Amino acid sequence: MGSLELRNVRKSFGSVDVLRGINLEVADGEFVVFVGPSGCGKSTLLRIIAGLEHATEGSLIIGGRDVSAVPPAKRGIAMVFQTYALYPHLNVRDNMGLGLKQAGMPKADIAARVKTAAAMLSLDALLERRPAELSGGQRQRVAIGRAIVREPDLFLFDEPLSNLDAALRVQTRLEIARLHDEIGTTMVYVTHDQVEAMTLADRIVVLHGGVIQQVGSPMELYNDPANIFVAGFIGSPKMNFIEGSVVGRDGVHTLGVRPEHITLDSEGGDIEGRVTHVEHLGADTNIYLDCAAVGLLVVRGFGEQLVEPGSRQYARFDTERTFAFSADGSRAGV
Amino acid sequence: MTPRPATNSFGRALASHAILIAYTVIALFPVLVIVVNSFKQRNAIFRSPLSLPNSETFSLVGYETVMAQGDFLHYFQNSLVVTVASLFFVLLFGAMAAFALSEYRFRGNSLMGLYLALGIMIPIRLGTVAILQLMVAGGLVNTLTALILVYTAQGLPLAVFILSEFMKQVSDDLKNAGRIDGLSEYTIFFRLVLPLVRPAMATVAVFTMIPIWNDLWFPLILAPAEETKTVTLGAQVFIGQFVTNWNAVLSALSLAILPVLVLYIIFSRQLIAGITAGAVK
Repeated sequence: MGSLELRNVRKSFGSVDVLRGINLEVADGEFVVFVGPSGCGKSTLLRIIAGLEHATEGSLIIGGRDVSAVPPAKRGIAMVFQTYALYPHLNVRDNMGLGLKQAGMPKADIAARVKTAAAMLSLDALLERRPAELSGGQRQRVAIGRAIVREPDLFLFDEPLSNLDAALRVQTRLEIARLHDEIGTTMVYVTHDQVEAMTLADRIVVLHGGVIQQVGSPMELYNDPANIFVAGFIGSPKMNFIEGSVVGRDGVHTLGVRPEHITLDSEGGDIEGRVTHVEHLGADTNIYLDCAAVGLLVVRGFGEQLVEPGSRQYARFDTERTFAFSADGSRAGV
Repeated sequence: MTPRPATNSFGRALASHAILIAYTVIALFPVLVIVVNSFKQRNAIFRSPLSLPNSETFSLVGYETVMAQGDFLHYFQNSLVVTVASLFFVLLFGAMAAFALSEYRFRGNSLMGLYLALGIMIPIRLGTVAILQLMVAGGLVNTLTALILVYTAQGLPLAVFILSEFMKQVSDDLKNAGRIDGLSEYTIFFRLVLPLVRPAMATVAVFTMIPIWNDLWFPLILAPAEETKTVTLGAQVFIGQFVTNWNAVLSALSLAILPVLVLYIIFSRQLIAGITAGAVK
C-alpha cells in the first residue's frame, strides 16, 4: 500500500547537482527520517516525493505505482509543512476538509473524517476558529489534522517542529510518534535535528552533498557509522576525531571516539590535557579537555562530575568503542 | 494598527503633530481654495480669494452653470467607467503577470520582469502619435475602449513591479499545501495569494487610479467627442481663450473630487485591513 521506492533520483538546478542518484526503498508502515545538514538536499528530495518538484532523472514509485508524472494531489500523499501553511481565510474545519472537497467527496463523509481527526488531535473545541486565532502548537496540530483526513498512503513531514518552542517540540514529537503507532501509515520525515531523527525513526537516512551516506536504525548509525560524516553527525556532543599516529595507532588515519566513551583519570591514560571548561547539565557533565597534540577533546561524564577547570587530567578511551577511519573518511578495519 | 513604543514625552508628540499638521495644511490648501471659492460670487473670488463665503458673497451660480450647461452627469459616468475598468484590468493582468514572474522558474524570467518594468521609466505620452494612429486604424477613436486600453497599458508596469515584489513574500509552503490539496493554479492565485497581497493591491489601485481620473491628455486626443468626454475634459469648456467662467470651473473641479475620494476611501480601508496576520509564522 504505502511503500515508497526511489530509483536513481537525480536533481540539478542549472549546473548545480543537488541530488546525485538516490536509491531507497521504504516499506509499508515504516517511519523513515531524512537527516542532514542544511543544503544536503533532504528537503528537495521530499519535495520530489511530494511532486512539488520534478526529478531531473530517475523514477518514483508509491504503493507499486510509478508516480513520477502524477500531480501532487493524485499521489496519495499528505504533507505537513514547517510554517504550518494553513489557509488564512478558512476556519479549522474547512482547512482540514478542503482537500477532500476538491476531490469531490460527499459532505457527510468529509464531516465524519474531520470529526475523527479532530478527536484524535483534541482539536474539537477549535473547529470554528481561524488560523490567526490559534497558537503555534495548535496550528501545527491543525496542519497534521489536515494531513490525517486525507487518509494518505504516505505522510510527508517537512521539518514540522522547527517553528515550535522547545517544550512544544517535545510534546508534538510524542504526538507524531503516537500518531504513527495508531494509524500505522508510512511516514517520511525531514529534519536537521538529530534528536528528532533518533527518537522518531524506524530507519534514518543520512544525506550529505546530495548522496545517501548511510541508511539504518538509530542504534545502527550510532554504534556502527559507515563513515566519518555519519559518525560526526549522529551523537551530541559530537564525536572526537584524533589523528591515529598521536595515540599510537599508526595504521589508522583518524580515530573517532564518542565523548561518552572517554573517562577521565588523574593518574594516567591515553592522552593528557588541561580541563578548560566544564558544563553541568544535571544528568550529565561535559568536560572540555585541551590536549596539546590533538586540540580540544569533549568528555561526557554521567551525573555530576567534580572536575576543577584548570586541572590536568588523562583521558582514557574505551578501546572497545573507538572507530577507525581511513584517509578518505570511510571506516577502516581496526 | 501598528503598536508604537510608549513615549511619555509631551514635547516630542507636540513636535511630530505640528509637522504633520503643517504638511496636511500645505497639501490640502489648494483643494480647500477650490472648494471654498466654488461657493462664491465671481467678484468675491477675485477680491478676496482666501475668505470664506458669507451671506453676501455666497452663491451657487457655478454649480447651476455646470448643471445647466453640458451633460456633466454623463461626463462623470464616462470618467468612472474609464477609471474603474482600467483599474480592474490593471489589477487583474498586473497581478497575474506578477504571479507568473514570482512563482514560476522559466527561461528569460528576469528579462521579462525587466521588460515589464521598463514602462515605469518611459512615459507613455511619448508614443501618443503612434497610439493615435493605432486607434484610428482600429476604428477606436472617440470610444471609451480606446482610453481603457491606453490606461491599462499605462498602469501595468508599476502594478507588475510592486505586486511581484509582494508575491515573492507569500509563503511557498502555503501554495504547495494548496497544490497537495488539489487546488488548481488559478484557485491558488485567486483564493490564496490575492487575499494575502490585498494591501499591495490597494496601494497599486490608488497609484493607478489618480492619474487616470485626472488625465486630460488622452481624452483630449483620443476621445474628445461629446458622448465620450471625461469630467476633466468637460471642465475645460468653461476655460476660454479670453473669458474663463471661474465659478463653473471651480464647481466642476470640486465635484470631480468626490467620486475619486470615495474610491480612495474604499481602497485605504483595504490598506489597513491586514488579514495576513497569523497565516504563516
